[in-house]
Amino acid sequence: MIRAVIVMNDQGKPRLVKFYEHQPVEKQQEIIRSIYGVLCSRAENVSNFVQADSTFGPDTRLVYKTFATLYFIVIFDDSENELAILDLMQVFVETLDKCFSNVCELDIVFNFNKVHTILDEIILGGQVIEMSSSEVVKAVDGISWLEKNPNSIIRVPKSISGWQGR
Amino acid sequence: MNPFSSGTRLRDMIRAIRACKTAAEERAVIRKECASIRAAISDNDQTFRHRNLAKLMFIHMLGYPTHFGQMECLKLIAAPGFAEKRIGYLGLMLLLDERQEVLMLVTNSLKQDLNQNNQHIVGLALCALGNICSADMARDLAPEVEKLLQFRDPNIRKKAALCSIRIIKKVPDLADNFVDPVVSLLKEKHHGVLLTGIQLCTDLCKVNEEALEYFRKKCTEGLVRSLKDVVNSPYVPEYDISGIADPFLHIRLLRVLRILGHGDADASDCMSDILAQVATKTESHKNAGNAILYECVGTIMSVEDNGGLRVLAINILGRFLSNRDNNIRYVALNMLMKAIAVDAQAVQRHRATILECVKDLDASIRKRALELVYLLVNESNVKPLMKELVDYLEVSDQGFKGDLTAKICSIVEKFSPDKIWYIDQMLKVLSEAGNFVKASVWHALVVVITNASNLQGYSVRSLYRAIQISRDQETLIRVAVWCIGEYGDMLVNNIEMLDIEEPITVTESDAVDVVEIAIKNHSLNLTTRAMCLIALLKLSSRFPSCSQRIKEIIAQYKGSLLLELQQRSVEFNSIIGKHKNIRSALVERMPVLDEATYNGRRARSASAAVSTSLEFASNLSNGVIARTDVAPLVDLLDMGADEPVPPCSSGGNFLLDLIDVDMPSSSSQSDVLLDLLSAWSPPPQKGSPTTDIILLNQDDKPSVNALDILSSSMVPSGEAKPTGPYMMDLLDVFGPNPATPEESGPTFPPIVAYESSALTIIFNFSKRPENPQMTDIEAMFTNKSSDVYTDFVFQAAVPKVNA
Repeated sequence: MIRAVIVMNDQGKPRLVKFYEHQPVEKQQEIIRSIYGVLCSRAENVSNFVQADSTFGPDTRLVYKTFATLYFIVIFDDSENELAILDLMQVFVETLDKCFSNVCELDIVFNFNKVHTILDEIILGGQVIEMSSSEVVKAVDGISWLEKNPNSIIRVPKSISGWQGR
Repeated sequence: MNPFSSGTRLRDMIRAIRACKTAAEERAVIRKECASIRAAISDNDQTFRHRNLAKLMFIHMLGYPTHFGQMECLKLIAAPGFAEKRIGYLGLMLLLDERQEVLMLVTNSLKQDLNQNNQHIVGLALCALGNICSADMARDLAPEVEKLLQFRDPNIRKKAALCSIRIIKKVPDLADNFVDPVVSLLKEKHHGVLLTGIQLCTDLCKVNEEALEYFRKKCTEGLVRSLKDVVNSPYVPEYDISGIADPFLHIRLLRVLRILGHGDADASDCMSDILAQVATKTESHKNAGNAILYECVGTIMSVEDNGGLRVLAINILGRFLSNRDNNIRYVALNMLMKAIAVDAQAVQRHRATILECVKDLDASIRKRALELVYLLVNESNVKPLMKELVDYLEVSDQGFKGDLTAKICSIVEKFSPDKIWYIDQMLKVLSEAGNFVKASVWHALVVVITNASNLQGYSVRSLYRAIQISRDQETLIRVAVWCIGEYGDMLVNNIEMLDIEEPITVTESDAVDVVEIAIKNHSLNLTTRAMCLIALLKLSSRFPSCSQRIKEIIAQYKGSLLLELQQRSVEFNSIIGKHKNIRSALVERMPVLDEATYNGRRARSASAAVSTSLEFASNLSNGVIARTDVAPLVDLLDMGADEPVPPCSSGGNFLLDLIDVDMPSSSSQSDVLLDLLSAWSPPPQKGSPTTDIILLNQDDKPSVNALDILSSSMVPSGEAKPTGPYMMDLLDVFGPNPATPEESGPTFPPIVAYESSALTIIFNFSKRPENPQMTDIEAMFTNKSSDVYTDFVFQAAVPKVNA
């Protein structure tokens, strides 16, 4: 399963932190710092994988990808396919791009709870729900719409599910 | 309403935090925000509750404590509005964990939301449950989740399936309830639902043996058909990732087939066709295609034997290994590690390519490849492999040398076909990366050299050559200096030349030069320089022509600020100056260390077990017991704490080397006590620091103290006490009457090891005629009190000797 998804910038500031197994706050920060230390020291044009055994136990790996100023990091164990996780990150970033139209670091900083919602539509409890970014966008749009039209739940519950079911 | 919280919006707070230039400023801003949020919480402010919680989530991400907001999550979840609920659930997943009791309070709200009609609300609840569900909640809410597996909306079915995974992981007993729903999920046409259904099936198989059997019988064919459909399906733009239709579904299907086929020939047989098709037909230009191939290889490796498929799989890995993409090479190495257990022979075929990967620019790949090479080494290929690795050691970057050196040393020790090869390889490693070699490794090398009597000359000459080239590798210097000290004559006179060697001309003064350069090198460690002094002392006797020069070098350290060097210098100086008659005997070659004993001890010290039970003490041979007591003395007289050759099974001989100032031949002696005695035969020479220390036992009081200090410095635990008196006794018994034991031959008189008003312990010694190195010690305990002793434990502390 996927153990954690972390987005941080090239200064090591966390922008999105999601652990699928509980870690105390202090431990989370320690992990983020140690990951940043490892990623900083890696040259360009090397593989995207790093062993993460020391922090997450045996056979865990960390895969990272850099997009502009941001590191996207996924930590997972041996029940996941490393290369598929790379694709998953691509899907995540594409989805962010669709939701924020040309996503940049600031979008993620100021809309971190929307980013969480997007992530929750892709990964649930450490398992992948959806690999199609258009499906994810549809679901997230549904949530946003509902949030802006709070009365619709009471008034037209059926119509919403019908709307979604298209 | 709180005046603070009304003011700042979430956006403003983030802006304020981002504007902070220092960590202290950031802390101040956050402190202020937290204070206002706390105030709002205590006012039970409702308007801004969800905004405050959003702020808290941001603060939490930055690593500040936010526990005070936990109850707010629960309140928001119970709120009717969707926006509040959403933030509430987000907060629940981020700020709380399953161990907190607060979580119990949320079960009811979750239950209500799971029964809502609105799919988004149900979705939120499922998502939260899937992330933080505890065992109790799993039991309470499993029926709801089970129902939702048939919900009309596919999004909910997906989430419910993943949520079920969490539930069965928390409470494996519930697995049975999910078996039937999974069978229908596996028939789904919707990609996402099928994907999650397969995932649930995989996890059910992992937690429940019966479920595995059931799925194997009922679903293998269906899953194989699904895989066929996916592989042959026309282009689906929605799930397309770089030209491959739904690679993730491929991967999940292959993964579940891997579990179903593992250990079951029928199931494996059923899937072999489609596996072959995937392995041969999949496009491998893109990452997604390679991901499928990689998964397929993994499945082929774990299903039951099918020779043809295995060859195909290993060939795919071979192709991966030569791929230009680093990620592909990395995963190939990963998979080869697993494949080695299945088919080592096939993996061996790719040895050359793997070896190339050890030299890769990428640290992750290098590390993996090195681990793999380590697994590939066997007796037949060790020589060529080692040549490659050692050659690479020269050019590898500093960060990697540590790992590489450790692996090389371990391979050399494990697989060396003969001693000369072992010595050659170790010398190469020492010259290239001596600073990365662990102490135990070069200690073992010294042991091997002392044992290989026909290779000592060769070793010292090779070391001499090596040290001329690389002068900054500390461990190389240590070994070289030690060997030159011991076998200096062999170096100078080309004794025991091997056919493969080229003769070299080294004068006595050249040999002394090497040691002198080393001792004058201030960047070297104190231990190394102290070893140089010993080497010089030894050489002064071996090279009479250089004796004066050596004396001068040693004398330079009389004023050294380093106590260790100063003391040795003063002592050695007096040995050279005043005790010419005993010098040659004093610096005899070190006795051969028993390799088996050394290795045994090395293994023992690796497991860090210094047993203190009586059993242990009484089972040991004399040598080891002698070591117990002698080691501190030896250290004081001759060696630094981490000298390469700690007294071993021949501890007795060792003492003899140092103390036996009278006997010309050390080999005739095997007894500690005789040696001790012989020290007393000549009139003690006052004024010599060496003898002073040996003479400890002339005066009772200081010897107790001195030995106590010594032993306590040697024994890491607080159990130094028994050693002190025991050692004192050992020396004491013989001190007053040097003549007796000489007459009684090689037997020990009994020793009173311990005496008090309540207990006496007497040790009786006896030699075994067939093995004079072994001494049996019989301990006799006498209860002198009127009480009955129960649970009597005798502990003997054995100083740990750094080996």
